[in-house]
Amino acid sequence: MITPRVTLAIAARVLTQLRRDHRTLAMLLVLPCLLQALLWWIFESTPLVFDRIGPALLAIFPFFVMFLVTSITTLRERSSGTLERLFTLPMGRLDFLAGYALAFGAVAAVQAAFAATVAVTLLDLDLNGPAVLLGVVGVADAVLGTALGLFVSAFARTEFQAVQFLPAIVVPQILLCGLLVPLERLPGVLEAVAHVLPLTWAVDAMQELATTSATGQVWRDIGVVAGFAAAALTLGAATLQRRTD
Amino acid sequence: MMNSVVVVDALRVVRGGREVLVGLDLEIGPGVTGLLGPSGCGKSTLLRSVVGVQRTAGGSVTVLGVPAGTTPLRDRVGYQTQSSSVYDDLTVAENLRFFARVLGGPPGSVDEAVAAVDLAGHRDQVVGRLSGGQRSRVGLAVALLGRPDLLVLDEPTVGLDPVLRRDLWALFHRIAADGTAVLVSSHVMDEAERCDQLLLMREGRIIAQGTPAAIKAQAGVDDVEGAFLALVDTAGGEAA
Repeated sequence: MITPRVTLAIAARVLTQLRRDHRTLAMLLVLPCLLQALLWWIFESTPLVFDRIGPALLAIFPFFVMFLVTSITTLRERSSGTLERLFTLPMGRLDFLAGYALAFGAVAAVQAAFAATVAVTLLDLDLNGPAVLLGVVGVADAVLGTALGLFVSAFARTEFQAVQFLPAIVVPQILLCGLLVPLERLPGVLEAVAHVLPLTWAVDAMQELATTSATGQVWRDIGVVAGFAAAALTLGAATLQRRTD
Repeated sequence: MMNSVVVVDALRVVRGGREVLVGLDLEIGPGVTGLLGPSGCGKSTLLRSVVGVQRTAGGSVTVLGVPAGTTPLRDRVGYQTQSSSVYDDLTVAENLRFFARVLGGPPGSVDEAVAAVDLAGHRDQVVGRLSGGQRSRVGLAVALLGRPDLLVLDEPTVGLDPVLRRDLWALFHRIAADGTAVLVSSHVMDEAERCDQLLLMREGRIIAQGTPAAIKAQAGVDDVEGAFLALVDTAGGEAA
């Protein structure tokens, strides 16, 4: 059950905290653009490679940074006592989840707009599909990262432990998502594994948007990413218990 | 007891295979009630049970006539955990405005709470830059939002300087005089004299409850710490 007043209060509060933290804000909005420019530069002599991995990066950034930021911030909520306090107030756990998803979804929309603008205008990345869909994929992807980060924060006792989930959960997805090698050229087993990892679908959506103007497959990919995000949010909800030991 | 605010009946809490609360029975009325006992005796677990965030293994806790932690209590019980439980990266006013919105309280409640804990001069400061005592008062202000009927405070005066402690106890009595029942825990026995009612706790059990004067008279000593020791010794003698 969601109470809009509470959900919006949480989203607004998370955004105020982000606004106060300039370094994290820079990591969320500026760093993706800079890293993209770096890759473009690396592949200066082989622009075809950048045309393939550029779109993949647009999918990886929101997932990666939202996972990182959410796992740390929700761990803080759990360990500082603020989550416990909120549970004594008229807040349901869906309000908490939706508030975070809303705040980071909004940041992701801005991030997607920044990164896509830089990629298309400055780095000559080809975009054939509608630009709006690029934002939709970015937001779905970010909500997925947020939900997974929230879920894993239940299994960390310190921020140090929370950060360790990055190499354990995010990096394998980056290796297998089609960034290094196109999926069909992966060994059979790895290709099968790649297909059950959510980031693969987000990357596929971005690559489709870059190569064709047909949107059917993009919508299918968005649906799969949204499904994974919903599943992760459900898992995350299960870790938010009003009564704890 | 007449008009009990909290009724605890045969409450059991088991944590990590160990029985932390061993079938507690107690009632808490209006005024300032002190929950006193050494660290690790189960005070925080009892307070968490009263606000409904503790998983329990048996028994019941009734607050203001309904089961602890249920929806009707969410805007009637103010709670402060042992940490200040506020956002360090927000200002005092931002913290209070956020919790007030979650609570759905009137906008004026923020100013009222800030004034009550004497932090009006620090409204726009980021909480992380305040002193420990000031941060703890921000947490208290959040608990005061919306004028709850029951205020549950877990060791709010620990580590504070004596002047601040005296001021906080005066505040608790002012709040109680306005009709809010106040339940305060402490492991410092000399704070007992400042309470209207006492619950002395040890190893998951309540070993005495009543006014400070009655407990001292019962043990035949003239300070609460002495009464605590006498009661523990008597209980030990009976057990042996």
